[in-house]
Amino acid sequence: MSDPVSDQITRPPDGRAPEEQPRWRQDFPIDQHVEQYVTRREFTKFMVLTSVAFVVGQFWIAAQSLLRRKESAPGLEIARLADLPVGGSLIFDYPEPGQACILVRTGEREAVAFSQLCTHLSCPVIAQADQGRFHCPCHNGNFDLATGQPLSGPPRRPLPRVRLEIRGEHVYAVAMEGMAV
Amino acid sequence: MSAPRRRFGLHQRTIIINGILALIVLIVILQLWLLTATMSAYLGGNTVVVWPAALASLACLGLNVGLLVYLFRLER
Repeated sequence: MSDPVSDQITRPPDGRAPEEQPRWRQDFPIDQHVEQYVTRREFTKFMVLTSVAFVVGQFWIAAQSLLRRKESAPGLEIARLADLPVGGSLIFDYPEPGQACILVRTGEREAVAFSQLCTHLSCPVIAQADQGRFHCPCHNGNFDLATGQPLSGPPRRPLPRVRLEIRGEHVYAVAMEGMAV
Repeated sequence: MSAPRRRFGLHQRTIIINGILALIVLIVILQLWLLTATMSAYLGGNTVVVWPAALASLACLGLNVGLLVYLFRLER
């Protein structure tokens, strides 16, 4: 086995014995093979630090998803059942102004609501209750009226659903599902 | 992980560190892919994969730290 000190410094430029060499000369060696070892060791440490940063990023996303789950959007009165015939639809903004959603009355005391933006390229979808679907005229995408799942065309993801509550004669939007942004 | 019983020379340690570095780089690339895939899924409204991906990334970090600790013990 080789002597570790002579491993570090093979040709000390000041001519003194290897044992008498200062520490800095071991950390900043002259010989190329020693330099390679030190630089790779330092790069390895940096890569582990990068690994830590990626884990922090992953847990930040996880924490964000938890926070969003806890934040329930406030209840908003959308319509009165008497004003909306069965099969009729209504556009409303939820949870923020400018975020268009579409409400469809599917039965006497049943209704569904989804984000109006097609999950393909964000064109507004149209309710076609008689055919049991939401239709996107931009690229002929279709979504199931009851679930918001894509049926045909380019969309691959479902429409984000608005959770509804019917209290008496009034329809309220109480939460948004499946929407991260 | 037990500490190496015999002291390696610099040349042998350089070979070992090259191997360790290759492994760590591979694992970090895997973590980068995990992060981008998770972010993409999360922004698409899919939160199911978020926690398993975070735990997988943590396991990768554990492997990396283990390899780094081995490297430090090699130099003692």
